[in-house]
Amino acid sequence: MAFDNMKLEDFKGVWVFCEQREGKLMPTDLELISEGRKLADSLETELCGILLGDKVEGLAAELGGYGADKVIVLDNPAYAVYTTEAYTDAICQMVEKYKPEILLVGASNIGRDLGPRCAARLHTGLCADCTHLDVDTAVYQDFLKDNSVLAPERIAGTDKALVMGEKKDVTKELKMTRPAFGGNLMATIICPRFRPSMATVRPGVLKKGAFNQAKADAVQVIKEEVAVDMTAIKAQVVEVVKEARKLVDLVGAEYIVSIGRGIASDVEKGIALAEELAEVLGGVVGGSRVAIDSGWLTADHQVGQTGKTVHPKVYIALGISGAIQHKAGMQDSELIIAVNKDAKAPIFEVADYGICGDLFAVAPLLIESFKEVKNS
Amino acid sequence: MDFELSREQKMVQKMVRDFTENEVKPIAAETDRTSQYPAETIDKLFQYGVMGMCVPKEYGGAGADAVSAAIAVEELSKACASTGDIVATHNGLCCAPIMEHGNEEQKAKYLRMLTEGRKVGAFALTEPNAGSDASKGTCTAVLDGDHYVLNGSKIFITNGYVASVFVVFAMTDPSKGTRGISAFIVEDTFPGFSVGKHEEKMGLHGSPTSEIVFTDCIVPKENLLGQEGKGFKIAMATLDGGRIGIAAQALGIAEGAMAEAMAFAKSREQFGRPISKFQNTQFVLADMHMNIEAGRLLLMKAAKVKSEGQRVTLDAACAKLFCSELAMKTTTKCVQMCGGYGYTKDYPLERMMRDAKITEIYEGTSEIQRVVISGNIL
Amino acid sequence: MKIIVCVKQVPDTSGKVAVNANGTLDRASMQTITNPDDLNAVEAALALKEQTGAEVIVVTMGPPPAEGMLRELLAMGCDRGVLVSGREFGGSDTYATSQILAAAVNKIGVEAEDIVLCGRQAIDGDTAQVGPQIAEKLELPQVTYVAGIEKEGNTLTVKRALEDGYMTIKVQTPCMLTCIKELNNPRYMNVADIYGCYEKSVEVFDYNTLKDEPLIDVNKIGLKGSPTNILISFTPPQKGAGQMLEGCGKETTDKLAGILAEKHVI
Repeated sequence: MAFDNMKLEDFKGVWVFCEQREGKLMPTDLELISEGRKLADSLETELCGILLGDKVEGLAAELGGYGADKVIVLDNPAYAVYTTEAYTDAICQMVEKYKPEILLVGASNIGRDLGPRCAARLHTGLCADCTHLDVDTAVYQDFLKDNSVLAPERIAGTDKALVMGEKKDVTKELKMTRPAFGGNLMATIICPRFRPSMATVRPGVLKKGAFNQAKADAVQVIKEEVAVDMTAIKAQVVEVVKEARKLVDLVGAEYIVSIGRGIASDVEKGIALAEELAEVLGGVVGGSRVAIDSGWLTADHQVGQTGKTVHPKVYIALGISGAIQHKAGMQDSELIIAVNKDAKAPIFEVADYGICGDLFAVAPLLIESFKEVKNS
Repeated sequence: MDFELSREQKMVQKMVRDFTENEVKPIAAETDRTSQYPAETIDKLFQYGVMGMCVPKEYGGAGADAVSAAIAVEELSKACASTGDIVATHNGLCCAPIMEHGNEEQKAKYLRMLTEGRKVGAFALTEPNAGSDASKGTCTAVLDGDHYVLNGSKIFITNGYVASVFVVFAMTDPSKGTRGISAFIVEDTFPGFSVGKHEEKMGLHGSPTSEIVFTDCIVPKENLLGQEGKGFKIAMATLDGGRIGIAAQALGIAEGAMAEAMAFAKSREQFGRPISKFQNTQFVLADMHMNIEAGRLLLMKAAKVKSEGQRVTLDAACAKLFCSELAMKTTTKCVQMCGGYGYTKDYPLERMMRDAKITEIYEGTSEIQRVVISGNIL
Repeated sequence: MKIIVCVKQVPDTSGKVAVNANGTLDRASMQTITNPDDLNAVEAALALKEQTGAEVIVVTMGPPPAEGMLRELLAMGCDRGVLVSGREFGGSDTYATSQILAAAVNKIGVEAEDIVLCGRQAIDGDTAQVGPQIAEKLELPQVTYVAGIEKEGNTLTVKRALEDGYMTIKVQTPCMLTCIKELNNPRYMNVADIYGCYEKSVEVFDYNTLKDEPLIDVNKIGLKGSPTNILISFTPPQKGAGQMLEGCGKETTDKLAGILAEKHVI
């Protein structure tokens, strides 16, 4: 049976590659299943998970509970730990057999190894590290209205695209949106001539839906087997080591919580709060010159003219007035949050969001709120 | 004259600029504060072929020209004038005279030491009573069989207590004044060589300056550089080239200071707007830019003349005089622009101002440059 | 032994990113640099060269000015360069690009001891696809996210980064690795190689050079060989002026957390 992936009408169904590590699903799997459900509904088709691992059949119900109609399970000790070669063989053979029209993969370090390799073997298009997916044109156009500066007529024109010199209706295409250049530019990619349309999706961006026990009970498990010769695999995994997150230095940190003169009344508590807040965000603690000169933090924590210049995703300034030397080191952060008792503190001039209040009162609330959002 | 940089010169500029940003700038303030010789940085500069860059490849160097050498010192000095000084001295005052006046054996031995051997070089002319007037030197060299015996001391020697190879000037015939001066290549391991007082200076704290002392120092006869009695000529020719290095260092200081002050002026708000929006600030910066451009052209002209092997005395003096006075004026104005902040050690401007001052003094004071220029045009 | 490093010239996004009125990137107004991850691959190659005496070949696909980047890599110590350039290659997406680069690498020749290195991803697209796709097309084993390489004979022991740790992988040469910044600190150019990089060879592979390569199939290169199309590209709304949130209680911090979650920054 020849695999002709330009015969688009032969391809049906939305697939999600469900990554497991140590026999457990990755959080992204559930985000993708939930999103895949919406796409499958738009296309009036089925949602199918594909799961590789060693004794992982039991995970299928959870995938069902979040929306999968079916789960293809390849159970084999060879799949316990990810290897590019064995996984690529299995996925590609399954795609050639069942012909899904969409294949979503989490953009983890493993998904981004597997996705491109499969796309190359299948000769299809893959959009990497997507942050937004749509099929339904009206929903997509609403998304553009809210998230772009495009003129209305350009948004209206997104129902068609120029494909190999011809205007083509793309209302049934998967529209894969991703940032480029650190989010300065966004692009929506389609794969109109080949199937499946493939996307790797950035973890944590799409929302996990609600769990439905009835769907979990109803999920159909399809057991499949693909011949694997582990001795033929040229890149063998010798060991997998889990590490506690290394303390990254300020310059490379994505999240920085900095403290300044505002903690003077209770230095120990101020530092503890900053550390906890940084921990919740997965970031590190920094400080203004005052915090370093007073001996509250060591010099490697200093942000500013005499310290480090940083550009994290989020910079939180607790009790920092915002002297020019400090601002010089942090004003290019992607998003700045300032908490200060003094509403006129210069730090608010560079902050995207300001809260006027006592950091000892506000920081614990921030910790709570961030924890809640992260756990939801 | 074509002032467009060659493709290799542009690469040298880019490479040293990256190096400076990542390796030099982050430690410049600390180097100044602790008066610590930046040994690791200098070792890397050997590794990347900046130390000894003009030495031909057959002697272990990189085969670069005088323009690239000037660019390297300029770029380093934008962040740290001490590092620029160490490099300028090594290249311009030690490698250069050996390249230009050394015989084959001397070049094969010493140029390799000063490149692949990663030994730092220095130049020893100045004495307590012989600064601008070299004819009053009292350091002597007496031939005794197969070696010379040197006695006396040299002061204010850049790289003095870290260098291994010195180009030293001593009187072989005191009765002849400057015509009695000879040049020698002296190693720090020669018997009778010692390092004297380390100088504590106003600026350039990372540049190791000291006295060196010769006490019946034994220098093999084959280490005479050039002919006996030609030392003064060698010294003057070397200084002509060395002054291009100081001009480059001074220009770099001025550029570094202006960049700092400009960044400050854009972000410092007073009376409701950044001070860069005030015409007073704008005019000061405009003048600085113009003068830096003028200094660059003088420097590039001198470096090109030197690259082409022509006599560079006048051009080098003009470049050195203009750029060193430019460095002093620019840093002073930059400190002023930044007010109290500029005067503190939170900003590099006060250091740059202290570092700038020496460029008007060493390798021929501004007054001597005027003597050289007037002597060449009258 | 050869080490073939695939590199890309990209706009420098560390400064301001310039965007045209139609939403595309204004590449002309931006400086170009060698893609940062690719420099880690070059450094890994040069370190292996010091260890083994291997020849390091840098390959890039791009317009003729990309030769300047190759010269800079030669000035770091690489031995020769290959510039893959031709009108027929224009409009290629990652699939088609990897098809062409794989053909170029094949033309250079991948022998038993050889290694192909790429950066993890390029900063202009962040796709991380070209490395694995070259490997697939050359039927080479791959290891991505490489943070450590040790070579012993024809076996490489590679540290592969995971989000929460790492894998140790043993892979046989020939193979393809994609490098991340944790792997090493790229060296600078050096003056001796700067004064010499224009004497080294930079070969241009155009369509005619590569047309007999089995991987060069008009249906798999250029616009026609590219499975993906850009439907539209756009700029997100400008970051507004900062806002002071009202109050300082739990409602305020909840609101802030909600905004951050919506922006996907936490």
